[in-house]
Amino acid sequence: MQSINNKSVISVSDVSKFFGDFQALKNVSLEVKAGERVVVCGPSGSGKSTLIRCINQLEKHESGSIHVDGVELGNTSESLNAIRANVGMVFQQFNLFPHLTVRQNLTIGLVRARKLSKTVADDLAIKYLERVRIPEQADKYPRQLSGGQQQRVAIARSLCMEPSIMLFDEPTSALDPEMINEVLDVMVELASSGMTMICVTHEMGFARKVADTMVFMDHGEIVEKSEPGKFFKSPESHRCQEFLQKILQH
Amino acid sequence: MNKAILLALVTLILSGCTDKWGWYVVDPSTKSGLLNLKFLISGLYYTILLSLTAIIISVVVGLLVALPGLSANKYLRAFNRTYVELVRAVPILVLILWVYYGLPQLSGVAIPVFWAGVIALALSDSAFQAEIFRAGIQSIDKGQYEASHTVSLNYTDTMRFIILPQAIRRILPALGNQLVYMLKMSSLVSVIGMQELTRKADELVVTEYRPLEIYTVLLLEYLALILVVSYFVRMFEKRMRTDERN
Repeated sequence: MQSINNKSVISVSDVSKFFGDFQALKNVSLEVKAGERVVVCGPSGSGKSTLIRCINQLEKHESGSIHVDGVELGNTSESLNAIRANVGMVFQQFNLFPHLTVRQNLTIGLVRARKLSKTVADDLAIKYLERVRIPEQADKYPRQLSGGQQQRVAIARSLCMEPSIMLFDEPTSALDPEMINEVLDVMVELASSGMTMICVTHEMGFARKVADTMVFMDHGEIVEKSEPGKFFKSPESHRCQEFLQKILQH
Repeated sequence: MNKAILLALVTLILSGCTDKWGWYVVDPSTKSGLLNLKFLISGLYYTILLSLTAIIISVVVGLLVALPGLSANKYLRAFNRTYVELVRAVPILVLILWVYYGLPQLSGVAIPVFWAGVIALALSDSAFQAEIFRAGIQSIDKGQYEASHTVSLNYTDTMRFIILPQAIRRILPALGNQLVYMLKMSSLVSVIGMQELTRKADELVVTEYRPLEIYTVLLLEYLALILVVSYFVRMFEKRMRTDERN
């Protein structure tokens, strides 16, 4: 908690988002401070993914405002570039580029968008592959790796762009059980390095270990937001109690 | 059923030995036959050159027409639809005649036969290429665009390095198909005097008056050409597939 200063790096206020007639987000507000680790959970369809996808501008919100690093997200290319530069994202389905090697997956953004030389980009790629502990896989194609390895490559690919904020959208939900821990280990290490993180996940063990703030969402609303000790011991809302009971049963 | 087809085929081949046929026109063991055969085969040069030039242009134009069709902007999409629907509705032969005989009247500049053929073939094929590219690009998972966004790639780089390389691999069989189609359609350019395979055969028929033998040779020329092209297309597809796998 000490590493958190008081400045909000992400400020979501009163945001609503519709998919046709379905309201995915209902007047959601959330402040995230630099270095804060937020874990978002909730039943499927509750708007967790939509929330972080709005923060990354993969979805456009219809009302309310979102500020990232002081820049308001809208339709301007300035805000789009600010987001691209500062916010990394890891997807449930990895979304690696299947026709590129692991190394190329990591360097393409550095070379094309950051205009780094190939050698500098290569060094960075290896540095981050070492950080996720798979430097030896650099010249393989994604399909030759296990799911856990692929997700670690995806994390390294985001880290390569040296973002100040990382968003995780159910990063372990598509993995076989025995591969979940290798990905969570990398995320725990990342959390301890002071990265600002928002993780949508149902891995409550991970949440207890790293979260500064727990958020519970249901039907497009933030129902409960508290620090993990209180969140797990005595959640205020009935819906949150029910949800925690279900996922913590076994 | 198979037996019936085989029987018909054998009968047809054997009938080549009866006195109804006059293979002497293309008999390579005689001087005039060899000359005729060489004359027929010499059309290969323009058939290949014409088809390759036209397919390259039509792939480029097709891609440029496909991209607006995938845009969020409805005017760009309308441009794509209009282009595809209009161009697809024009018969190739009519387009060839229009470009060669009609267009110069409008522009005041005569177009060489070769380029008139290339323009007409490329134009009419481009509408099909546009649809093939659109289907290929649409088949790529939207997660690929999202991942490109998160590593800061702009639209051009996303298309060039992420989407198109994957889309093209998927549409290779369709592109190979269009190439074969183009080789066959190039025969239509013979009507404006292009000296390709079909035109050569036409001209020889006029002097030798042996249409059966000469057009049979013409058929075999196209068959051989397309079998060779298909073989290379398949080799190429296989190489691209193993590239992705290894």
